[in-house]
Amino acid sequence: MSTVKLTVNGKAVSVEVEDRTLLVHLLRENLNLTGTHVGCDTSQCGACVVHVDGRAVKSCTMLAGQAAGSNVTTIEGLAKGDELHPMQAAFRDNHGLQCGYCTPGMIMSAVDIVHRHGGKLDEETVRHELEGNICRCTGYHNIVKAVLDAAGRMKVAQAAE
Amino acid sequence: MYETNYHRASSVADAAATFAKGAESKFLAGGQTLLPVMKQRLASPSDVIDLSKVQEMIGIEVSGDTVTIKAATPHYDVAQSDAVQKAIPALAKLASMIGDPAVRYRGTIGGSLANNDPAADYPAAVLALGATVKTNKRSIAAEDFFKGLFSTALEDGEIITQVAFPVPAKAGYAKMRHPASRFALTGVFVAKTKSGDVRVAATGASQSGVMRVAPIEQALKANWAASALDAVTIPASGLLADIHGSADYRANLVKVMGQRAVTAAG
Repeated sequence: MSTVKLTVNGKAVSVEVEDRTLLVHLLRENLNLTGTHVGCDTSQCGACVVHVDGRAVKSCTMLAGQAAGSNVTTIEGLAKGDELHPMQAAFRDNHGLQCGYCTPGMIMSAVDIVHRHGGKLDEETVRHELEGNICRCTGYHNIVKAVLDAAGRMKVAQAAE
Repeated sequence: MYETNYHRASSVADAAATFAKGAESKFLAGGQTLLPVMKQRLASPSDVIDLSKVQEMIGIEVSGDTVTIKAATPHYDVAQSDAVQKAIPALAKLASMIGDPAVRYRGTIGGSLANNDPAADYPAAVLALGATVKTNKRSIAAEDFFKGLFSTALEDGEIITQVAFPVPAKAGYAKMRHPASRFALTGVFVAKTKSGDVRVAATGASQSGVMRVAPIEQALKANWAASALDAVTIPASGLLADIHGSADYRANLVKVMGQRAVTAAG
């Protein structure tokens, strides 16, 4: 057992876990942040994507101990109170989800994609960059639409700040 | 995953010392291969020693005719590096084609080379560019480093600290990606050195892991052009055959990827 100290969604936390604990299990089982999903558990599907120090990574393929001292953002940390993050709003408005299982990972990856590409995002790039996230319902079409929509909204939001 | 003890190394020396204390230690870099393998219980190290925060193992340096990538540098940083893009664009391109974005944020060049997956991308660049793998004990030439499937010249407890790539006159990489795993069904790296030598390496093709491709090297030495490979035949003997492709198919892929790599190199 080890004590892992990290910041999750802006809050400093200290958790006692077995050394073999994966970051996703620390988030879900110790912190009850069950928005981050375990899909395949083999680093293929991306349902577990969270941001660690600003980078979208698969939390099922990282030990909790590796995240010690890091700043972690999960899907629960995106909205500002009742106000959805532009990416979340765009997924809702564009019907970017059906069953919703992959959605938290999709959104965390998508936010990272917009951060990296900014205004230069086109459909081909979104499709290519989302290849680490698997959706078995939507056929991706509305997810791609949502990401492009959100990229525009995030640009506007950034300009307004 | 079986129980294990996690250690975060603070330096290369600390990592080596901690490794020696464990009954069956393993180094953990980005963990994008080791952790899935541990989850499948195909590996059960008593201790994992995390190298990913060792500052002396992170970063990229370009000086004169050498690009040095420190071993714990993630693929994303190599792909994005202006210095690498300028000195060896094919190497930055290769890094941008590994796995998916989340994997590229975590996976490292040192981890990829130490694992030596027969379908990994970096071994092709290291062998074709004639890079030198530096460890905490010695320098190993690319020719001497790769020893077949998942096997390298590394001794138990030896740590790759950096990889030094000579800047070539021209280089290109092309791969046929497996659409699900994004590993190379076959990938070919072609390089023309500044002294005029031509070196070509293929990954994902051979049963013995990454390999030089002599017929393509000879053809490109005579004429550096994709069309120079039109008449080249790659023997299928010793090539991988599995559900994804026969040995004959891979033999043809070596040629076609070689042509695309030359075109990419210009």
